[in-house]
Amino acid sequence: MLLYILKRVLSAISVVFVALVASFALFFLAPTDPAGVICGNRCTPERVADIRSSLGLDEPPAEQITGYIKGIFAGRDFTNGGTVQHCDAPCLGYSYSLGQPVTKLLAQAVPVTISVVIGAAVVYLFLGALLGTMAAQRRGSPSDKLLMGSAITINSIPYFVFALLVALYVTVLPHPQYTSFLSNPIAWAGGLVAAWLTLGVTNTASYTRYARASMIESLGQDFVRTARSKGISERRVVYRHGLRAALTPLATIFGIDLAGQLTGALFTESIFGLPGLGVLTLRAFNQYDLPVLMGCVLLGAVVLVVMNLVVDIVYTFLDPRVRLG
Amino acid sequence: MTSQTANQPRQAPVATPYLEVSDLRVTFPTPDGAVTAVRGLNYSLPLGRTLAIVGESGSGKSVSSMAVMGLHDPKSTRISGSIKVGGQEIVGMSPAALRKHRGTGAAMIFQDPQSSLHPYFTIGNQIVESYRAHHAVSKRAARERAAEMLNRVGIPNPRRRLDSYPHEFSGGMRQRAMIAMALVNDPKLLIADEPTTALDVTVQAQILDLIQDLQRDFGSAVVFITHDLGVVAQVADDVLVMYAGNAVEHGTVRQVLGAPLHPYAWGLLESLPAVSGEPAPLHPIPGSPPSLLAVPGGCPFHPRCEFRDRVPGAMCTTVAPDLVARTADPAHTSRCHLPAPDRVFASEILPRLP
Repeated sequence: MLLYILKRVLSAISVVFVALVASFALFFLAPTDPAGVICGNRCTPERVADIRSSLGLDEPPAEQITGYIKGIFAGRDFTNGGTVQHCDAPCLGYSYSLGQPVTKLLAQAVPVTISVVIGAAVVYLFLGALLGTMAAQRRGSPSDKLLMGSAITINSIPYFVFALLVALYVTVLPHPQYTSFLSNPIAWAGGLVAAWLTLGVTNTASYTRYARASMIESLGQDFVRTARSKGISERRVVYRHGLRAALTPLATIFGIDLAGQLTGALFTESIFGLPGLGVLTLRAFNQYDLPVLMGCVLLGAVVLVVMNLVVDIVYTFLDPRVRLG
Repeated sequence: MTSQTANQPRQAPVATPYLEVSDLRVTFPTPDGAVTAVRGLNYSLPLGRTLAIVGESGSGKSVSSMAVMGLHDPKSTRISGSIKVGGQEIVGMSPAALRKHRGTGAAMIFQDPQSSLHPYFTIGNQIVESYRAHHAVSKRAARERAAEMLNRVGIPNPRRRLDSYPHEFSGGMRQRAMIAMALVNDPKLLIADEPTTALDVTVQAQILDLIQDLQRDFGSAVVFITHDLGVVAQVADDVLVMYAGNAVEHGTVRQVLGAPLHPYAWGLLESLPAVSGEPAPLHPIPGSPPSLLAVPGGCPFHPRCEFRDRVPGAMCTTVAPDLVARTADPAHTSRCHLPAPDRVFASEILPRLP
C-alpha cells in the first residue's frame, strides 16, 4: 500500500511537471508578445523592455522555466522598475497587475472554491443517491418517468442560464457573498447557500440518473435476491445491500467531477460574485496576467492528479476485493 | 390454453406434508402479453424428505420455488392457488408475515455462491444479519451463533473466517457459508436451487453430502432444483419432472429414474452421456422448450414428442392430459396419453440407454 502510494505520487509529480512545461511553452512561447499586450496601446519601447525584464521574458526559455521551478521550492525575487519584490517559496510568480504574489492570490481563492464545491457536493451526492434509488425502485412507474424527465430537462438547460435564473429570481435566498468559515460560520453558509443550491441541483439531476442506472443494475444482482430471502426489511435490502454496491461506480464519476468543479466552478463563482479560482482565472485571462494563469493551470493539474489518486485509494475502502499494487 | 389438474388421485403421504402446493399459478404481465410460468402445479412434501424438481430452463422449477419462498415482487407477479408451509398459507400473505416466513419458515440456497453472497460484507456480517433479522439477540450472541453454524457446515477456524470476505473463500467454502446462512434460523424447509451447478465435481459431492447430513440433523424438508439427473439419483426421495410450467411426472426416485413414464423424462435420460463403456450417440430431445407466451395446445410437449403418432385420434394436440397414474402403481403419475408407457419404456427406450 505505502509502496503503491509512493509510486503513484512519483507518477503524479511527473504528470504535473509535464503540465507545467506544456503550459509554460503555450503561454510564453506563443507568437503574441505578452509584454506588448500588458503594455497596451500607448506603449513605449522602453516600457516594453521593462516589462519583459520584470517577467523574465528576456531570458532564454530554458532559464525561464528553471527559474520558475526554483521559485516553487526556494522562492525568488522580482525586480520591477527598480523595486525588488520578494516572493516566498512556494513561489508561483508575481502578478504585476494585482501587485501580489500568485501563491497568495491562489491561497485567497482556493477556500472560496472549496466551500462552494464541497457544499454543493453534499447536496447532490445525498439527493442524487436518494432520488436515483427511489427511481430505480419504481422503475417504469409515473413517478420514475416524472423524475427522469425533470432530470433531463434540468440537464438540458445550459448551466449559466440556470445559474442566472436562480441569481435573478430566487431572491428569498441570502445575498451571495463569501465570508471566511473561521470568522463567521453562519455568514459563511448563508452567503454560499444560493451557489450550493444552484450547483447542487444541476448536479443532482445528473447524479440521480447515474444513481438510478447503477441501482437498477445492483438491484438485479443475485446478492440482492439473497438479501430478500433472509427476511430482512425491504428498506434494508435496498439501502444496505443494493445502494452499497451501487455507490462504487458513483465514486469514480464523483472524483472526476469534483476535480473539474474545483478548477472551474467558473459560472457559479462569477454569477454569484464569489472570488474563487474560476473568477481568478477568468480575470487573469482577460488581463493577460500570465503568472496567475500559470499558477491556476498548475494548481488544476495538481488537483486532477490528486483526485485520481484519492479515488483509487477510496476504492479500496469501498470494495474489499480491490487491492492496490 | 391451460391444463387444469384438480383431480389427481395420489397416494396419501406417509406424514402430514410440511409443504403443500396446490393449483399454483404464477403469471408475469409483460408488454408482449401475460407469461404464465407456472400453470396449476400440485405437489406436497413431508418433513425429512427430499423432493427433486427436474426440468429444462423455463420449465417453471425456479419460479415455483421462488413463490414458495415468497420472493416474487407482488407488483409484477400474479400468484394464485395455494402454498402451505407448515400449515400457513403463503399466497396472499401480508408483506410483514412473508418477511418472517423467509428465513424462519423456508430458506433458500442459490446456484452461484460467488454472486449470491454480497461482495462487500464479511461472511460473519451476512450470517449475523440473517440471524438478527429473526432473533432479538446481541451482536456478540449472533456472532457466536454464526461461528457455530460455520463450524457445523465444515468450515475450519470458524471464528477467524467470520471476518473473511466471500472472495477470500473457495467456491465450495462459499456454498458452505451460504448453507450456514440459510440454516441459521433453523427453517424446516430448505430450497436448494441448483446448489452445485457452479462447483467442481469433487466439491459437488461434498456439498450434496453436507446438505443430506444437515437434513438428517435438522429433520427438515428439502426441495432440490436441478437438471442434473446424477444429483437427483444421489439426493432425492421423490422426483417431480416439470415441463412448460407444470409437472409432467411425479414419483419416487426409483420410479422416475428407473422406469419413467413420460416421453420427456425419457428424453432427459437419453440426453445423458455414458461415463463408461462404448461412446454411443446421444439422443437429445428435438426442438426447444415452448415460449410461455404461446404454449402449444393439448399436451404442451407434443411438438417435440416422437410418440405422438401412437396416441389414438388427435388427442396429443387437442386434449391436455391429466397427471394421473398410468400403470398399476398408483403413486407414480404422469401427464401423457400414450398407452402402456411402462412397456414402451422397457422395450424401446431402455435398450437405447447407454
